[in-house]
Amino acid sequence: MSLKLDKLVVTLAGQPLVALNTEIAPGEVLTIMGPSGCGKSTALAALIGALPPAFRMSGCVFLDGRDITALPPHARRLGILFQDDVLFPHLSVAGNLGFGLPKGADNRAGRIEAALAEAGLAGMGMRDPATLSGGQRARVALLRCLLSEPRGLLLDEPFSKLDTELRAQIRAFVFDRARGLPVILVTHDQHDARAAGGRVISVSGEEVAL
Amino acid sequence: MALRRPWALPPWGVLGLLGLPVLAGLAGVFAPAFGWLPALGAHQPNLDAWRAVLGWGGLPAAMRLSLVTGLLATVISLALTLLIVATWQGTRSFVWLTRALAPLLALPHAAAAFGLAFLIAPSGWIARALSPWATGWDRPPDLLIIGDAYGLALVAGLVVKEVPFLLLMTLAALGQADSLRRQMVARSLGYGRVTGWMKTVLPAVYAQIRLPVYAVLAYSMSVVDVALILGPTRPPTLAVQILDWMTHPDLAMRFQAAAGAVLQLGMVMLALGLWRGAELALGRWGRAWAANGGRGLAADLVLRPAGAAGAALIALTVGLGLAGLLVWSFAGLWRFPDIWPASFSLRVWSGQMAALLPLTRDSTLIALGAAALALILAVSVLEAEARRGPAHPRRAMALIYLPLLVPQIAFLPGLTTFALITGLDGTIWAVMATHLVFVLPYVYLVLADPWRAWDARAGLVAQALGAGPGRVLWAVRLPMLTRALVIAFAVGFATSVAQYLPTLLIGAGRVSTVTTEAVALASGGNRRLIGVWAVVQMALPMAVFALALALPALLFRNLKGMRVS
Repeated sequence: MSLKLDKLVVTLAGQPLVALNTEIAPGEVLTIMGPSGCGKSTALAALIGALPPAFRMSGCVFLDGRDITALPPHARRLGILFQDDVLFPHLSVAGNLGFGLPKGADNRAGRIEAALAEAGLAGMGMRDPATLSGGQRARVALLRCLLSEPRGLLLDEPFSKLDTELRAQIRAFVFDRARGLPVILVTHDQHDARAAGGRVISVSGEEVAL
Repeated sequence: MALRRPWALPPWGVLGLLGLPVLAGLAGVFAPAFGWLPALGAHQPNLDAWRAVLGWGGLPAAMRLSLVTGLLATVISLALTLLIVATWQGTRSFVWLTRALAPLLALPHAAAAFGLAFLIAPSGWIARALSPWATGWDRPPDLLIIGDAYGLALVAGLVVKEVPFLLLMTLAALGQADSLRRQMVARSLGYGRVTGWMKTVLPAVYAQIRLPVYAVLAYSMSVVDVALILGPTRPPTLAVQILDWMTHPDLAMRFQAAAGAVLQLGMVMLALGLWRGAELALGRWGRAWAANGGRGLAADLVLRPAGAAGAALIALTVGLGLAGLLVWSFAGLWRFPDIWPASFSLRVWSGQMAALLPLTRDSTLIALGAAALALILAVSVLEAEARRGPAHPRRAMALIYLPLLVPQIAFLPGLTTFALITGLDGTIWAVMATHLVFVLPYVYLVLADPWRAWDARAGLVAQALGAGPGRVLWAVRLPMLTRALVIAFAVGFATSVAQYLPTLLIGAGRVSTVTTEAVALASGGNRRLIGVWAVVQMALPMAVFALALALPALLFRNLKGMRVS
């Protein structure tokens, strides 16, 4: 399993914003770093296939050797975590996890409960997500994503809204759970980049020294 | 901070202006429904009016028609709206589509209904296009398409107008529903477009469009002008029958009309209750459905083309319908099944000119007055809200929607009685004031979003430069919001021009507009004549809308920061 960006270029009105040419091995975390507004989130939108109409894209994306460039977002099997957890407020915690778990899966309730227990959230399935703490919500969002069995994981500054102490804890939780998946992290925070422990590049593909 | 400006009423003060006529109108309906109307010499409460209404043989069919057509039109309009947004949000076609549908908001219901009638009639363009090669018809077939007993033409006429309205309301709600990110999460988890949207965005959006949906239901169940043009006649819908009793030369029939109005109100309240119950049941089921993990990928294959087809059908129907009105108004000889008239003439236009000019003038005056007053009131509510902090938002919204939720036919007869007693009926001012009740909600709704979205830092900067709240309003906020103000004015103007029932009842035959005149022609069936009046009725609000779009562009042509992207 690997994620390969083959001469991926995103332009806006003819101006190149993103230029990436690299391969991320399973278990590797590639960090894309830069100030806000530099096009980091645009790069992720291009990867999951949700680029707004004004942007143009060239190049290819391969996941596990399969060309996913022309596939719609739902068929790509790339999970994404945002700055906010984007938990659905109309569903319970278990409902949110059920949303991620594929329909045919057997023992749905059992798998959801097991996932919660492993994440230190045992018995919280029926809770309203709004009643959880920031750290708990972040964990639920990751579980929801992982239950959908993605083949790669994209992280869009997922730690930036957490306070310092929680941040290290959730960061460790995410990198631990994502083991075995190719991961791309975009961030403007040096600590996140350092903790990720992998290569750090800019949106135009140059190595960034920390 | 104390307010010295007398016009800066507290928000509930102006909003109360909306509730008062509705409540007074309802009182003026309930009393005569139970036999009490001193002005007509009736002092003895009794149930005669109810006996007369219940004794009318057409009542069960009329009630069933109102209920079924209203619910059907609302369900279809809502389903189509949600389908269009779910399938196309975030694409180029969606931007194009919303631009194409937005002007339909300014189109009067009656003009849209006439357009549809001209299109689907046995001698309409559809039948002509298919004849004689496919149908074998060499004369218009004897089919009851318009005014069919099930009210299907009426439902279609309502749907083509309500979808654009619900679509614009949904667009406004999307921003607050975090819709793009939710959809992105659902899609990256493997969900199909429509299923992902329904499971994640709809619950948030529906909470925002609930009141507009209720307004559509109440309107569709009790509409009069569209039902006169497209609805069945024997029996008609309950609302049309009430109008019939109301305008009967025998004043005694007014008691019957009042009882019918109370019955109509009860039916609408019942339907709203049923709808609310269905919402709760569907919501409960929907939460389980959302959590079951079904990705609904196959559904996209059917639903995406269906959404596109529905949107295209509406745009095409309205477009061809309006073109049909225009062609008929200029048509000379036009034999069936020719697709185009053999000759064109200005005969009907020039013949109607003597009547067209004064009625166009009166319609314009009434609409200008109502829209201007509504704009002033809306600005003062919003400004008071900004200075004092908002009124209780949900209660305020319910008040604003009150004139849109209580059927016109249920409370206007009561207001008419008051106007009659006070001698105000039949004056242009009374008509304008009644229009204001329906114009203000729309003006407020259109203006509220841009008003609140205004960057308050501009005001803070002005205050720091020494400007008081009045100067901030006049010299900074209003100029910056010019575009929103003129659009709100145009919406108000269009709403006023489109009013049929208030003009007819309060105008008492002495004040007419292009709308009352056009609808009055419906039963006559003279296509060229209807064409002329319906074209004027649709052109008047459209022209003001075009001006509203052109004016800010012209005013601010040298100011890049004020330009519209």
